[in-house]
Amino acid sequence: MSEVQPIDFKDPAAQVAAAVEELQDMQGEKMVLNMGPSHPATHGVLRIVLELDGELITRAVPDVGYLHRGDEKIAENMTYTQFIPYTDRLDYLAPMANNVAYALAVEKLLGIHDKLPPRCQYIRVICAELARISSHLLGLGAFAMDVGALTVFLLTFTEREKIYNLCESLTGARFTTSYTRIGGVSRDTPPGWCAAVRKFLNEVVVNIAEMETLLTRNKIWVDRTRDVGVISKEQAIDYGLSGPNLRGSGVDYDLRKAQPYLCYPDLQFDVPLGSVGDCYDRYLVRMEEMRQSVRLLHQCLDKIPGGPDNQSKEPVNVADGKIFLPPKNKVLSGMEELIHQFMLVTQGMNVPPGEIYFGHENPKGELGFYIHSRGGGTPYRMKIRSPSFVNLSILSALMPGHMMSDTVVILGSLDFVMGECDR
Amino acid sequence: MTALEQANQLKAKFGDLISEPAVAHGEITIHLADAEKIGDVCAFAKAELGFNYLVDISSLDNYGEDPRWTVVYHLRGLASGCELRLKTNVSEEKSELPTITNVWRTADWHEREIYDMMGIRFRGHPDLRRILMWEGYPYFPLRKDFPLGGKPTQIPEVAFTQTAPLEGGPFVTAPGGKDAVEREPRVRTPEN
Repeated sequence: MSEVQPIDFKDPAAQVAAAVEELQDMQGEKMVLNMGPSHPATHGVLRIVLELDGELITRAVPDVGYLHRGDEKIAENMTYTQFIPYTDRLDYLAPMANNVAYALAVEKLLGIHDKLPPRCQYIRVICAELARISSHLLGLGAFAMDVGALTVFLLTFTEREKIYNLCESLTGARFTTSYTRIGGVSRDTPPGWCAAVRKFLNEVVVNIAEMETLLTRNKIWVDRTRDVGVISKEQAIDYGLSGPNLRGSGVDYDLRKAQPYLCYPDLQFDVPLGSVGDCYDRYLVRMEEMRQSVRLLHQCLDKIPGGPDNQSKEPVNVADGKIFLPPKNKVLSGMEELIHQFMLVTQGMNVPPGEIYFGHENPKGELGFYIHSRGGGTPYRMKIRSPSFVNLSILSALMPGHMMSDTVVILGSLDFVMGECDR
Repeated sequence: MTALEQANQLKAKFGDLISEPAVAHGEITIHLADAEKIGDVCAFAKAELGFNYLVDISSLDNYGEDPRWTVVYHLRGLASGCELRLKTNVSEEKSELPTITNVWRTADWHEREIYDMMGIRFRGHPDLRRILMWEGYPYFPLRKDFPLGGKPTQIPEVAFTQTAPLEGGPFVTAPGGKDAVEREPRVRTPEN
């Protein structure tokens, strides 16, 4: 007969406040520790300069930019379509979600975002939600591995492999998908793909449940993550956090609900919220978001116009030769299509002058594109509002008062990716 | 209250400093005439109009025009769901405007990024250092007169690449110049 033992949690806010209070008295000799830029727990090339008093962190200065490639500058020098492969390399754990976000931003500027064919919208939602599951699986797997639970990492990577296989059969590439085009997607779903997604969904829920049994009530996991890295609601808003990190602090804001795009208004899903804002809450929010993504994907597969294999030949692209490349056989036989193809490839589409901001609910948070166009085929300025960059800015306020060993927990729970942070 | 009404309230409060709200693509843009007042406007928008979330700050280089810089703020009220774009111009001689880190803490890194990339300074910023480029880097890479291929610095082989094979192609031109050489941002140097 097993006995149920309640876990007694201290009030997290009071605990952090007490730790900071204590610091005033302990003016020992401080040590400066340089963590990164190559450190397994920083998930990329993040460098943090930590000032330690014994094991307590008294100051943390994050240093980013080691992966800066100048994507915004590059974008000013190429057509809108040419930039799509660069979006793969922003958040490289969810390339398909970035593709969707970028395409939607340019379509908003073109004024065709509400003219997208329904099948295209459903395919894009499927892509974005698959990317969300993939990104969260990696984020949680790496988070758990940093804390010491290696098994979870192996489980999640097995599942991610299946998503990569789905990506490969849909786009031809496992990693750098470049799947969307301005005004559509590069190709329709291959035969049997929707059935394969359905099969994957039935498998992944089993593994999510398995992860849950390994972590959610695991005493070590709970002890390491509860009351650690507490971000209050006000702080989360003040620092501009977004995505699971914002919702982990209990702020009910999800762009899919607040500013619905694509076919999200037709789909049912819940937005999970945290209550305390600690690392454990952020873990729980991601866990539930994966289940909600599975729920969304099932609905998409049920409702996708044209059926799984598109028996009724629904279009997946806007039928506008000035925006979307015509089919190749028509290019070789028709004059108008040939001209369209030539103009699109050499000069790009003619985008009207204007400016837009579009924010997309990416797995890591709000990925926004601010595009300023002065007409023609290239953007005059494109600002990428990357969620990881903004989420990391809270580190210097969040870390002081924690133990050195909590850094990996906090970093893991914030789930950032440097390719996106540094752009 | 819709975002348009809120923009009009801002106009009522600050009068001629704020332009008529312009609506395009379902977004509302207002223009602030005096960049020095940006702190007051943002504080008012946050305290009275409920814009509690700063989405983003970006910057524009209007190369060859006066004033040269435009700083663009994206404000959002999480409760109301309203969004507002606030723009203000800064001249090249001045290249400075007040910080808004005291209104939203998230402005800290955004302003550092703008300083790093465009060279616009934010007065009163607690820690205005370069963020993406390294400390001591002499140029501001997002300016239009900075070539895409990069410029050599004291650290060899860093932040410098051979120009892409696209150079000179018809797709790398930017609109606004009288001929192809003028429109090509990479061959333009500040001297000519």
